[in-house]
Amino acid sequence: MERSMAYESDLNLKATELRLGLPGSDEPEKPSTTPSVRSNKRASPETSEESWSKSSSSVSNVENCERDGTPPAKAQVVGWPPIRSYRKNYFQEKKNDQVDGAGMYVKVSVDGAPFLRKIDLKVYKSYPELLKALEDMFKLTIGEYSEKEGCNGSEFAPTYEDKDGDWMLVGDVPWDMFICSCKRLRIMKGSEARGFGC
Amino acid sequence: MITNKKPRSSDTDSNYMRDDRTEMSEDDDRSPPSDSITNDSCPTRNCTPGSGSGSSSIPEYLAPYPDQVLENVLENVLWFLTSRKDRNAASLVCRSWYRVEALTRSDLFIGNCYAVSPKRATSRFSRIRSVTLKGKPRFADFNLMPPNWGAHFAPWVSAMAKAYPWLEKVHLKRMSVTDDDLALLAESFSGFKELVLVCCDGFGTSGLAVVASRCRQLKVLDLIESEVSDDEVDWISFFPDTETCLESLIFDCVDCPIDFDALERLVARSPSLKKLRLNRSISIGQLYHLMVRAPQLTHLGTGSFSPSEDVAHVEQEPDYVSAFAACKSLVCLSGFREIIPDYLPAIYPICSNLTSLNFSYANISAEQVKPIISNCHKLQIFWVLDSICDEGLQAVAATCKELRELRVFPIEAREDIEGPVSEVGLQAISEGCRKLQSILYFCQRMTNAAVIAMSKNCPDLVVFRLCIMGRHRPDDVTGEPMDEGFGAIVMNCKKLTRLAVSGLLTDRAFAYIGKYGKIVRTLSVAFAGDSDMGLKYVLEGCPRLQKLEIRDSPFGDAALLSGLHHYYNMRFLWMSTCKLSRQGCQQIAQALPRLVVEVIKHEDNVDMEEVVDTLYMYRSLEGPREDVPQFVSILEDRHMKEGALMWKTDISARCWTTIRSVCIVNVRWVINAKYAQHMHGPYTFSGNVVVQVHVGDPLAHRVGFHWMRIPILKDMYGSDHISILVLLELISLMVKAKLIVKVGSDCAFE
Repeated sequence: MERSMAYESDLNLKATELRLGLPGSDEPEKPSTTPSVRSNKRASPETSEESWSKSSSSVSNVENCERDGTPPAKAQVVGWPPIRSYRKNYFQEKKNDQVDGAGMYVKVSVDGAPFLRKIDLKVYKSYPELLKALEDMFKLTIGEYSEKEGCNGSEFAPTYEDKDGDWMLVGDVPWDMFICSCKRLRIMKGSEARGFGC
Repeated sequence: MITNKKPRSSDTDSNYMRDDRTEMSEDDDRSPPSDSITNDSCPTRNCTPGSGSGSSSIPEYLAPYPDQVLENVLENVLWFLTSRKDRNAASLVCRSWYRVEALTRSDLFIGNCYAVSPKRATSRFSRIRSVTLKGKPRFADFNLMPPNWGAHFAPWVSAMAKAYPWLEKVHLKRMSVTDDDLALLAESFSGFKELVLVCCDGFGTSGLAVVASRCRQLKVLDLIESEVSDDEVDWISFFPDTETCLESLIFDCVDCPIDFDALERLVARSPSLKKLRLNRSISIGQLYHLMVRAPQLTHLGTGSFSPSEDVAHVEQEPDYVSAFAACKSLVCLSGFREIIPDYLPAIYPICSNLTSLNFSYANISAEQVKPIISNCHKLQIFWVLDSICDEGLQAVAATCKELRELRVFPIEAREDIEGPVSEVGLQAISEGCRKLQSILYFCQRMTNAAVIAMSKNCPDLVVFRLCIMGRHRPDDVTGEPMDEGFGAIVMNCKKLTRLAVSGLLTDRAFAYIGKYGKIVRTLSVAFAGDSDMGLKYVLEGCPRLQKLEIRDSPFGDAALLSGLHHYYNMRFLWMSTCKLSRQGCQQIAQALPRLVVEVIKHEDNVDMEEVVDTLYMYRSLEGPREDVPQFVSILEDRHMKEGALMWKTDISARCWTTIRSVCIVNVRWVINAKYAQHMHGPYTFSGNVVVQVHVGDPLAHRVGFHWMRIPILKDMYGSDHISILVLLELISLMVKAKLIVKVGSDCAFE
């Protein structure tokens, strides 16, 4: 105990006064609003600003617009609103089932066949795949698909009803567009088929 | 049951002490707690002379070692201590208490699975019956964390398989669990009773099948909001054919079809079953059959609550009303996963008994909910979709006077739509449900007035989470920021510990939170604030803050640095898409070596090395984890790596928990602890560095520890950053080396 007292008087306690504060700050009572830069350790604030704003585009341009008060673009933001995906998708699924022409399961009818089938368009990635599947399903030949001429080489013509209610020949539009607009498929046969130029 | 053996003081019968000493020998730490397996309610350690000591010959009399006696007494007392906080405090008193507390703890709670290693946990606590582990941070639920980040259950289950063969309960939240993990669990713990998996993933029905078949004592199998893959195994069929101990079977999140007949037979042979929550593959017809078999249920999840598609409606519809009426103990109802509202009247008979009702998957209107809710006078917990509109909420407010918890989820989780609930619903609830403690409310528009009203009408609020789905959306009537509303919440709700903010918010809102939110523990911030000041207000003002999650807000390095004094007191800090730079985060890592600072890259952000997409940092005794995926980099303190924290004894675990109660008054310099070993005199280290810190520990004071004052002259590197834990470790070294000086009596503060 005495030792410490004596020691205290020897020490220049003021010089070694300990204070709580941010690294590098001299006024520890309040942490400074901008930390003093130890130049060799940290990039200057300007460069870090710049590089930050470059990356913000991946989210949306929200943050850049903030300051001038313009309402931010309502781009889809990841994870917002904060609902678990299970719940978010729960009602989305229902919606999709109800909306017509959104793709996925469509009815397929074949002229002359007594009942219809259903296929999931999402399973296929291209026309040749789809046509092959139809051929296998109904045991018929639709012929070869070529981009230029559409279906060729048989008495069957695959057609589909699109969102507008029109009957179209399968193969005319790009696959992605087809997927989005196809409501049902009908494989025509015979004379009607010929009208499609097959 | 309270023991009838009172703990005895040291001046009683020497025989008693002698026998107890053999029980309490140092080597005996790992004996299986056979007394507590057989007498759950009487956990005392054989106070009577001669009982349970196992030795028949009476050894020569030896004077009892005083500490030993204290430990005997202590152990008997500490068995009754159940609160985690109390136990942590008790373990700090002295080494003896630390040891005994570790022996008597049976429930292990680990809020961050990376804060401590399985090895450390199992070494310290040898008699654990129940383990709770939490893994990923909450924002991972919203796809803000790339997959395979971590939080693997595997290392834990392997360590526990060896250390705790008598483990009974495992409760996991946001952990990655594999089928192999489940298999190991099922094999390793013969008395296993409870498995609860909340928001977990990585396993499938095959893992469940193993648990079902091998855990013969299983009472609880609860799968809540977890992702379970369909391995095409009907796990329900794997329960043993005999009568089961099942009390709770919750699988409403498991989207795989199950064999209904197997389920029906299972329910029939589970007489203790009280909680049953079915998945959506169960039709209302099937529900009927189950309810008839299990009228003793207290908690029921109804499955789809619609007829199966296959049923040709040839048979007469069963009498659903009477099935519900027969369930006289039913207090908690959920499910309604594909509800056909025509069937809702079936639940009328039990509405008046319900304390908890979950309609959060039921797309029903105000008109459909009113007849139900108007009978739910005892309702305390209500989860619902916003499809019921403000009108539905008004009906809730009119009847549910006992409501404690309300959650209103959106059917359409989008920003730019009209929205069926608003400030009107919130206002109504605040006026009708005065006992409200917890609210989660999603809406498209809100006003400060309604939020202020709630702050005044519901003084018991503990949890206030308001999500205005339109980002930066102001008060719908005044056009002002939502600062005043949230300000009123923190000001008026004196019990508030959890807060989630949204809408247009300036730094002012955060100033309010910092000023009034003195007991706030969890804060969620998104798209809010103007500048660094916002975050600073919170970090400086909220001493109880433990979990802080921030996204898309303009807080940068300066703000981050303002929390240095507090980060060791927190479980974690999450900041994504803010204004942080790698340098700023590096400074934190440098200053706080016991913090793990993870920088997580977003998938699409290829080059930006300097910009930090996501910062996730947490205190840990273990340093950087080894299972780091490639999109995570852990920033480490370059200086402190060699030798700085060389004492990895469990003293550091004590220091760890000491931090909350110790105040470091003045710290400017940090020493490199490596040199502490070369102390010549009382205060110097190799003549180079001396440490001066004034430490106050209220607990220590009570048992007579000493106050220390050690002058610091200079740091090895000439730098002046703070490392509180290193200091404390030094202090413990000095205590060990008996360099204790009692000086002064400055008060300790938090």
